Amino acid sequence: MTNPNNVSLNISHELSFIGAHALDIPTVSLLNSDGTLHSDATDPNIDQDTALRIYKTMRFIRALDERMQAAQRQGRVSFYMQCLGEEAAVTASAAALKDDDMIMAQYREQAALRYRGFTLEQFMNQMFSNKEDLGKGRQMPIHYGSQELHYMTISSPLGTQIPQATGHAYSQKVPHIDASTGELSSEINNVTMCYFGEGAASEGDFHAGLNMAAVHKAPVIFFARNNGYAISTPADEQFAGDGIASRGVGYGIKTIRVDGADALAVYAATKEARALSVKTGEPILIESIAYRLGAHSTSDDPSGYRSKEEEANNTDCPIARFKRFLLNQGWLDEAQDDAEDETLREEILNALKVAEKIEKPPLEDLISDVYDTPIPSLQRQYDALKEHIKAHPQAYPVTAGRIK
Amino acid sequence: MPQMNMLQAINSALDISMSEHPLACIFGEDVGHFGGVFRATSGLQEKFGKHRVFNTPLTEQGILGFANGMAAAGAPAIAEIQFADYIFPAFDQIVNESAKFRYRSGNEFNVGKLTIRTPYGGGIAGGLYHSQSPEAYFAHTPGLKLVVPRNAYQAKGLLRACIKDDNPVIFFEPKRLYRASVGEVPEGDFEIPLGKAEVVSQGSDVTVLAWGAQMEIIEQAAKMAKSEGISVEVIDLRSILPWDVETIAQSVRKTGRLVISHEAPITNGFGAEIAATIQEECFLHLESPITRVCGLDTPYPLALEKEYIPDALKVLSAIKNSVHF
Repeated sequence: MTNPNNVSLNISHELSFIGAHALDIPTVSLLNSDGTLHSDATDPNIDQDTALRIYKTMRFIRALDERMQAAQRQGRVSFYMQCLGEEAAVTASAAALKDDDMIMAQYREQAALRYRGFTLEQFMNQMFSNKEDLGKGRQMPIHYGSQELHYMTISSPLGTQIPQATGHAYSQKVPHIDASTGELSSEINNVTMCYFGEGAASEGDFHAGLNMAAVHKAPVIFFARNNGYAISTPADEQFAGDGIASRGVGYGIKTIRVDGADALAVYAATKEARALSVKTGEPILIESIAYRLGAHSTSDDPSGYRSKEEEANNTDCPIARFKRFLLNQGWLDEAQDDAEDETLREEILNALKVAEKIEKPPLEDLISDVYDTPIPSLQRQYDALKEHIKAHPQAYPVTAGRIK
Repeated sequence: MPQMNMLQAINSALDISMSEHPLACIFGEDVGHFGGVFRATSGLQEKFGKHRVFNTPLTEQGILGFANGMAAAGAPAIAEIQFADYIFPAFDQIVNESAKFRYRSGNEFNVGKLTIRTPYGGGIAGGLYHSQSPEAYFAHTPGLKLVVPRNAYQAKGLLRACIKDDNPVIFFEPKRLYRASVGEVPEGDFEIPLGKAEVVSQGSDVTVLAWGAQMEIIEQAAKMAKSEGISVEVIDLRSILPWDVETIAQSVRKTGRLVISHEAPITNGFGAEIAATIQEECFLHLESPITRVCGLDTPYPLALEKEYIPDALKVLSAIKNSVHF
């Protein structure tokens, strides 16, 4: 081996340390706040249909988020998480993928799922953990998942999806490798998209996942949503380096930082990342810079950990910016948009009222899917439970009447 | 039928599994060209390519995260953790991810194609960190299957069943027997069903139960007991999760006595679960208390390994106490 330590062969005779922020990583921004393109920016030539699909997804998610936040305050659902401020980051990045590229998200990426076509009813059924929920009422609200839409079911433990995305992506590359040369013999059909927050990037799984993706060249896009806060912990108490992007360089991963409130920049960067990844098989790291305009979840109040002044200085609404872009393009009729938004909000309220009345999953869903088929000990426990419920039906009103 | 040691039997099971599915991959620390620190994956990279049999960086959580993702994509993922003592950085990926993947998604997704291979157990002068038997930690996690072979033949048949099973399985390999266990093993494919114990030898006075490397010890103890006129029924549990309650209960109804032996520390070891279940199943048939012969509640020692291990003499002593209770 000519370079056993796998480092740059660059000998210096001068004792000097490299600065921690030596890279001075730029943030790519394409749209001005008035929705016009920066004068020196290259137009990514987004088509009208895609642009409108992005916009309508963002509008839907904002309306859903506002409605469900209120529903939690009314005690109708136990928990909710809004996407406020990051709608462009999530939606426009999903728009740059193929619809059958697997998305492995953290939890605040409902917009990516909506972009793929998850219906209002499906959102509601999950949040009310009723029997129509694809997840069979097993996880807290917002833990969506859909095989049909290639959106891996959300898992609460933070960062676990990161090395999983690497393995998932690698598996998609295997059939494209020429066994004799070890090189790619054709373009890879799919990338795996992996979203996570800047807080989750402190987990060990982040390091493991990125390092393995770089070493094994897995076609995965790591999309770090740096929104400034992990619940109450600000980014400057999370890390001291230059954001998350600086780490990509350390792992040997091509990296870009984008303005996460700029749908056009996010779209352009992700599209480019995908094109590169399917061609070379290598991972890409995108760091999106946005501000979490809302709370972490319905369980915290940001006024307890950030100042009014800070919030007043960070009001950049990604939806408004992209709307101005669409209006400038002549692709959106404002009056019609307002009317649609009004109708949408009514539909959401109606769907909520329907979903909260649908009955809970049947008792058999308590034990199904632990294994592909219940193991004998579990079956015995289940049979005993059924007898117990039959003996005390008044104590278990949700399932007592439906036991087979 | 050819003679194989346990490593050759495992290698053969892996070889068949890799040929069976074009997307199957084997990965872990040093499993590539080197063939693993115990050489269980010898020759497989040469046969199936560097892209399907490969070294990973030193990150157990990464190996299991990667494996979960690969299995979720539908490819058989055969991950090696070099020593079971080092599986704990991957505990979250196994316990919170592998085990719950199917359940939490309502069966939208699963990692049924995941198999974790890991050498476990002592008797090799490995001290604290090359000797542990961590099966009980995982036995407390619904969604996993746990399997331990006792010899070369069992290793091949059970490993094939683990890889083909549509649930995540941890296959604990008794490293002390890797080269020591030699026997007839079919060259071709065969499977031994999971979740089924095996009565290794019939007896009438007392049932003695173990798994993996401890089987050799209890068989030795059974022989010693026989010379003292005690007839021992020897059972290999084989699968810890799910475990075969019926075969054990049937035997204990016949003998009226049960001795359970494992290398792991006694407190909360899997023997405790067996004892609790069997006393419930066989209460009126029991002639003496169910007894456990296990490791002490200490970290695994080095210089005093001989004193620590539940050796044949300790098992024999428990057998006699049980019979003469």
